[in-house]
Amino acid sequence: MKTEDLITLLATGVEPVERHAVARRYAVALGFGVIGAAALMVKLLGVRPDLAEAARLPMFWVKLVFVASLAWASLAVTARLARPGVRLAWVPAALLAPVLAIWGLGGLALADADPLERSGLIYGATWASCPWLIAMLSAPILIAAFWAMRGLAPTRPGLAGSASGLLAGSVGALVYCLHCPELGAPFLGTWYLIGMLIPAGLGGLLGARLLRW
Amino acid sequence: MERMNDEGRADRLETELRESFLRGREGDAAAYHWLLKVLATHLRGYFRRRLSGLPDEVEDLVQEALLAIHNQRHTYDAGQPLTAWVHAIAKYKLIDRLRRRATRERLTDSLDLVSEHAAELFSTADAEAAEASRDLHKLLDQLPERQRLPIVRTKLEGLSVAEAAQVTGMSESAIKVGVHRGLKALAALIRGET
Repeated sequence: MKTEDLITLLATGVEPVERHAVARRYAVALGFGVIGAAALMVKLLGVRPDLAEAARLPMFWVKLVFVASLAWASLAVTARLARPGVRLAWVPAALLAPVLAIWGLGGLALADADPLERSGLIYGATWASCPWLIAMLSAPILIAAFWAMRGLAPTRPGLAGSASGLLAGSVGALVYCLHCPELGAPFLGTWYLIGMLIPAGLGGLLGARLLRW
Repeated sequence: MERMNDEGRADRLETELRESFLRGREGDAAAYHWLLKVLATHLRGYFRRRLSGLPDEVEDLVQEALLAIHNQRHTYDAGQPLTAWVHAIAKYKLIDRLRRRATRERLTDSLDLVSEHAAELFSTADAEAAEASRDLHKLLDQLPERQRLPIVRTKLEGLSVAEAAQVTGMSESAIKVGVHRGLKALAALIRGET
């Protein structure tokens, strides 16, 4: 095949491209992913019965802001990795900020607490299930995020997979907040983080295989 | 002084390419055709410098990169330099091809390595270098009808989407989807995924 023929083929009758294709793809993917995660949460776990009371506690909102800012930052990183030739620049640092903040709060809470109560602050009542449940809720979002990325052009497939996984993990954790009874910063800074890192690791492994184009 | 001229030329090229690309993305076929032609010459130079040992693969890679640029044109952000976007795609395709080649060679390395290499030496023909190893029509024949027909009608025969829909009896959106998916499948075929 002559390259000239291919060029003519590509240029002939070229159709206009829809605007904001990347943003649209992620809007659709996150929409379906969140619906899937919320359905799993409601069916298998249930919304916490005292949600209205919990919503009056400041720590409930601190938790939401912590998880939501991680979700926002990982969406920013993911969207950058989806476009060839876009530098990550300072954006990954935005992932670090909420983590450092929750660790700071956790450190203060532990320092304030009676030494006998410290392990209770870290482990809470649900440490053994929390990371796995977050990972489970993130599964539909991970699938959707991979669908979105497969229609885009990541030049670092492994990293793009990890970022997609972190996006899925943090949005999954956001949904999990509606079920989870824990509010301690030391708990969030440990088990929530581990729960989000499970899909991130899985995404990295899968991305290196599935996100090549 | 010379450096400034170089930079000025690069800036002008960036501006021209970016404008044509954006016009092409709006559906301006002439601007898009010009752009792809210019990009092809730059890609050829880029790959030739990096694949001096594999001259027959240069044109394959040029075509693979052009198809990728076309299929991924929605991932270009108008705020970024077009040259950076094209370069990232070219580099990715180069590394991808070298990695696949390395895997393939690891798998096929055997006792008849020597004769294989000898055969390889004499199969290299410079006259063929301007043409890629794969035939467009043979590749198209491998696509399912719902993708092949839209490409043949709109892209080879130059019919409009509406005309192609009438001729094939397919809906207009099926024609558009067929072209889109078909070109992606074509890229996968050229890349060696079957």
